[in-house]
This record gives sequence, structure tokens and C-alpha cells, in this order.
Amino acid sequence: MKPASFDFVAARDMAEALAALREGGDAARVIAGGQSLVPMLNMRLATPATLVDISRIEELRRIESANGAVTIGAAVRQAELAAWPDLAVTLPLIHAALPWVGHMQTRSRGTVCGSVAHADPSAELPLCLLVLGGTVILRRHRRTREVPAEEFFLGMMSTDVAPGEMIAALSLPQARPGEGHAFAEVARRHGDFAIVSCAAKAGADGAVTLGVGGVADTPRLLELAADAAADPATRDDQLNEFAWSLGARDDLHATARYRRELVRRLGRKTIEEALSCRA
Amino acid sequence: MPRLSATETARVQFRLNGRDTTAEAHPRMLLSDVLRHDVGATGTHVGCEHGVCGACTVLIDGVPARACLTLAVQAEGCDLRTVEGLADAGDGALSPLQAAFREHFALQCGFCTAGILMSLDALFAADPDADEAAIRDTLSGHLCRCTGYTPIVRAALAARDRIKGGTTDA
Ligand SMILES: Cc1cc2nc3c(=O)[nH]c(=O)nc-3n(C[C@@H](O)[C@H](O)[C@H](O)COP(=O)(O)OP(=O)(O)OC[C@H]3O[C@@H](n4cnc5c(N)ncnc54)[C@H](O)[C@@H]3O)c2cc1C
Ligand code: FES
Ligand code: FES
Repeated sequence: MKPASFDFVAARDMAEALAALREGGDAARVIAGGQSLVPMLNMRLATPATLVDISRIEELRRIESANGAVTIGAAVRQAELAAWPDLAVTLPLIHAALPWVGHMQTRSRGTVCGSVAHADPSAELPLCLLVLGGTVILRRHRRTREVPAEEFFLGMMSTDVAPGEMIAALSLPQARPGEGHAFAEVARRHGDFAIVSCAAKAGADGAVTLGVGGVADTPRLLELAADAAADPATRDDQLNEFAWSLGARDDLHATARYRRELVRRLGRKTIEEALSCRA
Repeated sequence: MPRLSATETARVQFRLNGRDTTAEAHPRMLLSDVLRHDVGATGTHVGCEHGVCGACTVLIDGVPARACLTLAVQAEGCDLRTVEGLADAGDGALSPLQAAFREHFALQCGFCTAGILMSLDALFAADPDADEAAIRDTLSGHLCRCTGYTPIVRAALAARDRIKGGTTDA
């Protein structure tokens, strides 16, 4: 299948990209790596009038760390972030999750911000963004706003990005001393979308944030106080209640019951791992 | 000029297997189609156009990527390599990777082969010591309906050793 026709703007800088998005309004769309958008164009699930290619905008190709946060520009590819030498130390959760994002043949072009913009409920990077408490930096003509991850994902493939607006970057808090992180996922085949994925962050005080992807319409969080995380019975009770609260459904890939069981088991595993690898 | 009209073809220039190449493409045209239909490089195969099967994998600026998920106009200024570039341009001798695939029966219909060769070529260029786990991880981005992967892994290991100067027998 082939895409329907569209105008194509190869934006050289932010001013060009934002002007084209403003002009195009609802009918314009950003293309970054194309790894989710082009399949949708090929199947004509998306028929934009204008595509604005942001992948060559130099100022969006940067990874910067300052003031305890890492900023990842919208043109940074997943493979480029994976190769960033500081990744394992500053963003250990992303370091653990990235190998699960598609295949190296898609990470070579797919961007980090594009995955967040696409907001597939099974995608690993939106889940990590949420668990880390990161921020999405949005830009439109003459306006910038920052949206916390908890407010950004509105539903299945639906986000707070407005027409004419684009993600300029993500800001992720750096791992602090004493924190621990863990990621685990079950998929049919490595590189396929997750049936269930879990990401956990343990604070130096022993409190744990657990995120689960692949079950509800958006990634979802369970907060465990330090004493609850440390006590296996309380932890398992809370995990069980959380598993039921996600509204799992049967589909082609797995039953709701299997998904709940994965939430309980992978949840336990990532919580324990995150607690035990605290530096 | 950064804005290309939907109804007009644009001139796209790139290097293909070391040669400067020009193609005319509408923005909606996929790189896989332009390579096959306009440039005549039909070695790159098209299976799914979803990014799933890997048959269309080519090297874009040295890294494997799906040609079916890349718009031809996005290839402007890029360095592309396709399966046509693997064999010796002078005498047509197969590359060590291609030869190993033939010796180890790593292809039957050959539909998936071009993409797999490009991914493995990039893998060994980046890591001449890539182990079986790395090879299998790379192959996870490709679907083969004929061979069951075992001969492909065997061929890849043999090619790796041959490229490093070892023996060809696995
Ligand atoms: C075979 C295959 C397997 C995959 N497996 C996984 C997987 O296991 N896990 C996973 O998470 N993903 C997976 N993916 C998808 C992943 O590869 C994509 O890279 C990612 O979802 C989208 O990033 P992109 O840069 O390619 O965005 P694009 O495809 O260019 O865009 C995707 C969407 O986001 C919008 N968009 C992109 N950038 C911006 C921006 N800066 N501002 C506003 N909107 C923007 C686009 O308009 C579009 O709607 C897979 C893809 C393939 C082909
Ligand atoms: S044709 Fe491109 S991945 Fe299948
Ligand atoms: S050899 Fe036929 S699909 Fe792989």
C-alpha cells in the first residue's frame, strides 16, 4: 500500500518547522523517524496534507545534561541515545529499556520524542518518561510550554500536543545517588511490542514508583511507600489491586488474566531489582 | 527550497553504492519504490510496507534502516548501500557474506536475503567479533519464511570468521 499525496517541508530550522505547522493547522503533521507514521501513511490510516520533516534541524539533534536533568531534542534517534556514553549512569532506566524498543533497524531512524508523541500504550519510552517524572517541552509559533508526563498522555495514541504544536524536547531527571532502576518486558519476540512491560524506580528512602505499559490505554503508575515496598505481603496485595485496576482485556495476543498475572510477576521482579540495585 | 509540492516531482540526489545518483520523486514515494522502479536497483525487496519483515532493509549513512519507511525525498544527500553493492564491482565475485549464505544453504527463495545481508554487513563492520547472540538480535529485525534461521546463523558465523581471516567451515 502507498501513501496518499502530501506536500513535504524539509525544515532547516525551528522557525521553518513552526511556520509550516501553523500554516497547516490540523492537516499538517510532523515526521521525525517515520517508523510509526510511514506505516500509517502506507495503510492510509493517516492522510495529512502537509508533512513537516524535523529530522534535520540541527538544534533538535542535541542531548544535553544540566542542572540534574537530561534534555533530548526531537531529532535525536533512539540509536543515538543508546550510544550516548553517559546514558548508563545518568538515565539507567532508559539504558535498560532502549534495547526493547523495536529492532536496531528501526532504532536507527526512530526518534525518542517521536515514540512519546505516538503514545502507543505498549511503547517503552512513554512508560519510562512517566516513571521518571519527566517533562515534555512543546513549542508552537511564539509559545513554549512544559507538560509533566502525568498530564501528557490522554489515551490510546492520544496526547496533549495541539494542532500547530510540536514536541521540541523531553526533559528527564538524572538518576540521583541511592536510587535504583529496573525494566522488564514480555513480548512474543524480542523487538515486538510488549504484552506487558514494567519499569520501576526505587528512591534512596526505599519508596518505589512502578509503571506498567501494555495493559491500559496509557502507561500507569503505582506508588509504593518504603514500608509497603519492603514488606512482601503488602507489596503483593497492592500489586494485585493495581493489576485489577488496569482494566485488562482479552485480545489476539493475550488474555486479560494472563496480563494481570504478568503485572503481578513482572511488577514484583522489577520492584525487587530496583530496590536491590540502589547505588 | 524546503517545501516540495505534492503534485510535482522533486530532484533527489544521493550516493548509491558509491555512485552519485539522481532520481525524480513525488513526496509520497517510498525509498524502496524509487530504488526499485526508478533507479532500477531491484535487489531491495518489498514484503510488508509496515516495517515488520525487513526485506527492504538498506544502509542509510552506514546504518540499516527500512527503505519502505523512508520517503525517497528524505534520502537527499544520504549515502545509500543496497545488496547490489556487496559483490565485487569489478569481477562480480560474491562478498564473503554472500558466499557463506550460498555455502550454508541460508536461503531458499531468497526473498528475505537482501535485507538480512545488509543488516549483517553493517553488524560485522561495526563489530567484527559479534557473537551469536548479537547475530540473533540483528536477525530479530527480519522475517524469513523458508529457512528456519539456523542456516542463516551458521552462515553469519562462518562469514564473520572468514571476514576476520579465519576458516569458512562452521
Ligand atoms: C517493526 C517495528 C517494531 C517496533 N517495535 C516497537 C517497540 O517494540 N516499542 C516501541 O516503543 N516502538 C516500536 N516501534 C515504533 C518505533 O520504532 C517508532 O520509532 C516510534 O514510535 C516513533 O518514532 P519516530 O521518530 O519514528 O516517529 P514518526 O513515525 O515520524 O512519528 C510518529 C507520530 O508522532 C508524531 N511526531 C513525531 N515526532 C514529533 C514531534 N517532535 N512533535 C510532535 N509530533 C511528533 C508524528 O506526527 C506521528 O503522528 C516499532 C516500529 C516498527 C516499524
Ligand atoms: S517491506 Fe519494508 S520491512 Fe517489510
Ligand atoms: S529464504 Fe525465503 S523468505 Fe527467507
